[in-house]
Amino acid sequence: MDLFDILGPVMVGPSSSHTAGAARIGLITRLLLGCEPAQARIGLYGSFQKTYRGHGTDKALVGGLLGMAVDDERLRDSLRYASDAGLNYSFYNAEARDAHPNTVIMDVDGVDGRHICVQAASVGGGEIVVQSINGLEAGFNGHENTLIITQRDAKGMIAQISSVLSANSLNIATMRVFRRSAGGEAMVIIELDGDAEQSLLECLERMPGVYHVAYLAGRTEGQ
Amino acid sequence: MRTFADFVRDAAKYGSLSKAALHWQAKQDGRSEEELIELMRTRLSVMRESAAAGLSPNLRSVSGMVGGQAALMNDPKSIDRFGLLGKAGAYALSIAEYNACMGKIVAAPTAGSCGILPGALLAVQEQDGFTDDELIMALFTAAGVGRIIALQATISGAEGGCQAECGAAAGMAAAALVELYGGTAEMASHACGFALMNMLGLVCDPVHGLVEVPCVYRNVGGVSQALSAAQMALSGISSPIPCDEIILAMKEVGDALPSSLRETGEGGCAACRSVCRK
Repeated sequence: MDLFDILGPVMVGPSSSHTAGAARIGLITRLLLGCEPAQARIGLYGSFQKTYRGHGTDKALVGGLLGMAVDDERLRDSLRYASDAGLNYSFYNAEARDAHPNTVIMDVDGVDGRHICVQAASVGGGEIVVQSINGLEAGFNGHENTLIITQRDAKGMIAQISSVLSANSLNIATMRVFRRSAGGEAMVIIELDGDAEQSLLECLERMPGVYHVAYLAGRTEGQ
Repeated sequence: MRTFADFVRDAAKYGSLSKAALHWQAKQDGRSEEELIELMRTRLSVMRESAAAGLSPNLRSVSGMVGGQAALMNDPKSIDRFGLLGKAGAYALSIAEYNACMGKIVAAPTAGSCGILPGALLAVQEQDGFTDDELIMALFTAAGVGRIIALQATISGAEGGCQAECGAAAGMAAAALVELYGGTAEMASHACGFALMNMLGLVCDPVHGLVEVPCVYRNVGGVSQALSAAQMALSGISSPIPCDEIILAMKEVGDALPSSLRETGEGGCAACRSVCRK
């Protein structure tokens, strides 16, 4: 915890968990989708469900989907921006046992036909955890620079990915691999020490067997 | 730098609490002190913008419970009558209401308590002409104090009640004011101690679970506590209990609070008949 965590974040109110955290979840979902969103079905749990309107959680989630950051003053009017941008959204009450009280599940279709389903929780002070992506366990908080690669589960994939990273002088801080079934869809979540350049992401995306690459630039302290 | 006693010791080494805090931060993240000062300057601008924007009489929160009230408090007659306290209260309410109306603010240390520290600093700047550079250093002092409270206790209403959020904000503001007015680091620790002492036990009881009632009014209460605490310390009154012990007491009181009084919207003001819909 540093001094700018105490005097910060700079955010659109009223609540770090219900507004800032929600905007961040929306923004991360957009980055994971990788294109403009066209349709979003948003399920709210627990406290999100009970107080979302008064906290502007709905505006924050939709604003994030439209690419607004936690301190973007357009968040207040994001629902209007959504209709301008052609984003259709709907909210429903989700039910789940043992979910964190501030959990949201976002089903989003992109304009190019891509689809993503992200479950995430806002865990306080604007901090969030992405719990799952398309049903695959995720569990990252976006503090570090994070690569999320969806690919076919096949021999040598992980070795190839790490050799591309190492050729770009990037050190892997953590790496986790999840798969739906042997030979099926798999997801690699890599937290990096350095910053990934666009050319690296394109190189990864061109690798045979890689379906999708998303990159979240980590939260620099003090921002 | 985990306790206020450490902080006071470092202040002796580096010249002041603010310099000690700035030095600590620079050592942590490798950025230069100049860069950190500029980063804090952007925080101060957001604080100032939110104080001005929140004074609009037309603001309303989504629920409609708050907004536009700081404009009433900022009336020249009211400011004349209540002086520094009146100005600081009007700014604290303004920023807190702006937050409730989805305005852009600096969490200080939280969004719910965001009016107290800037309310105090902007009001004394207007009255006594402190420069922005002086306010920026005071913000480093405040942040250093907030970090100690967060490490030793908590700054979350859900964990410790309002005494942890508005209490911490008042303690931070009180210490910052003492430094601005030339008090010693020890005096700043007494000021923080007094503010926390006087807000000990304050519960977190948001009506309908929203950061509105009583939160925005508690920001006004918090800034008055900060001013009084700073006044006591600057007058040479020492807290009979060291600040670090009061911080630990705040933690213990927070742990003893039932969950209905820790941001669940079930007790206290939230349970009052006239605001309790269900």
